[in-house]
Amino acid sequence: MKLSIEQVKKVAKLANLSLTADEENLYAEQLSQILDYVDQLNQVDTLGVEPTFNVTGLSNVMRKDEDGKSLPKNGPYKTKGVFEE
Amino acid sequence: MNNNITKLTLIETLKALEEKQFSEKELNEAYLERIKKLNPSLNAFLMVNKDTKGIPSAIKDSLCTKDIKTTAASKILENFIPPYNATVVDKLLEKEIGIIGKTNCDEFTMGSSGENSAFGPTKNPWDLTKVPGGSSSGSAVAVSADLCTFAIGTDTGCSVRTPASLCGVVGLKPSYGRVSRYGAIAMASSFDQIGPITKTVADARLVLEWISGPDGFDSNCVEIASSKTPRNDTSISLSTGVIAIRQLAEKQSLKGLKVGVPKEYFGEGLDKGVEKVIRGAISKLKDLGAEIIEISLPYMKYGIAAYYILVPCEISSNFARYDAIRYGSARAEFGPEIKRRIMLGTFALSAGYYDDYYAKAAKVRTLIKQDFENAFNPPAGGVDVIVGPVSPTVAWNLGEKVNDPLSMYKADIYTCPVNLAGLPGLSVPCGFSEGLPVGLQIIGKYMDEETILDVGEIYEQNTNWKEQKPELSF
Repeated sequence: MKLSIEQVKKVAKLANLSLTADEENLYAEQLSQILDYVDQLNQVDTLGVEPTFNVTGLSNVMRKDEDGKSLPKNGPYKTKGVFEE
Repeated sequence: MNNNITKLTLIETLKALEEKQFSEKELNEAYLERIKKLNPSLNAFLMVNKDTKGIPSAIKDSLCTKDIKTTAASKILENFIPPYNATVVDKLLEKEIGIIGKTNCDEFTMGSSGENSAFGPTKNPWDLTKVPGGSSSGSAVAVSADLCTFAIGTDTGCSVRTPASLCGVVGLKPSYGRVSRYGAIAMASSFDQIGPITKTVADARLVLEWISGPDGFDSNCVEIASSKTPRNDTSISLSTGVIAIRQLAEKQSLKGLKVGVPKEYFGEGLDKGVEKVIRGAISKLKDLGAEIIEISLPYMKYGIAAYYILVPCEISSNFARYDAIRYGSARAEFGPEIKRRIMLGTFALSAGYYDDYYAKAAKVRTLIKQDFENAFNPPAGGVDVIVGPVSPTVAWNLGEKVNDPLSMYKADIYTCPVNLAGLPGLSVPCGFSEGLPVGLQIIGKYMDEETILDVGEIYEQNTNWKEQKPELSF
């Protein structure tokens, strides 16, 4: 898959990256090269194969709703364990 | 005397302290002196703690350390001082381990050579014109050059095992979910794991035991997953200095162990010299009583392609947080590899391309994971461990691959499938090619670090590779 400069500009905008003209050219070339390589995935028959997004298969891991450590340094200072303005 | 101190393994150091052969102060002074002498040439440390206490460990700079600057080798976090410790760091501090310094790495852990650091590349102690491997470059070099008793790295696709292999030290990438990722600056969250880089396999076992287990902050790290190993009988008792060794390791034999050798690990691209060393190591496993079985992992060849879609996708979302508001620095400060991966991931996730790239790669990931499961499960294979090379070549020249990202990515061919499947992988020194170290990779079943550590330990005890040290006369 060949990426055009216009596509690179669009992706950079989506990614909130401001690229120089040189970077746009470089990434158009390098990303095209990488995507060409990645195209080999199309050789694989994945019909009926479930995707793996997480190897542990865990979901909705809950914990008890108890007070834990907090990050007081991130707030303007605090009294009685809570932030104040 | 001082070099004698810094040569000691972690376990030997603990014993020596117990026996009062030297004091903790002398221990730290010996390491600090060596760092002062060698770090200017190696660039392994980004920060050295001159007031260090306890057992000196080196922590990768992508792991948060309370009140100690944590840059992840990026300009973006150049002034970031975390208000909390990574869980791994807290667990080490509880064991009276000290932080002698924060180690250099590829920026935000993205790289296979150690050259992507915003603060200059780390050099390989075996040859200063070669890369040390990345991304945990400084951690591996610090262990290899005896600048710490052990180090901590992170591994998303190769980043503990490759630098360990290229620097001739032991590196363990634990199963995904064994060690909490809390406080590790995220790259690709469904891949990242934290692991030890050590002078011996026994040291890696001990450090793994210290850092494993849930903390309530990483939902993928739960008690069920972590309860099987490490077992209590592998622990070192600090009060007595007695180390219990597992039965298999005690027997000094691999009798009854089935070792799978995937033919795909010996295909095109594998350097002949490296292949010879790895084949030699496999013969040694056979001599030690293991049964060697050729296996096939047919989808492994798609590992790089799947990995370099899925990981950049996770990066493009994880790195949205560096928006110039939360951490101060503008996104223009990202290094070229970070921008490249954000661009690649953003493209692969963009409208019209998601199914062709991200969804497709996630399905191939399933097939790669099943390849390993088939090999480990009877009747198809039923092997206990899988072995092969870590890296297709020995350490390459600095600068050789920096302008060719695809060739750099291909260096991960034997390591990234292990992360795609979430399995544990160990790199153990197994010889030299062209005067540079080669690591044997031992891959285990999910959450079965115990067996790969046993195999590594028996191999190590029956070979002399760990005695080999780089000559550092500069």
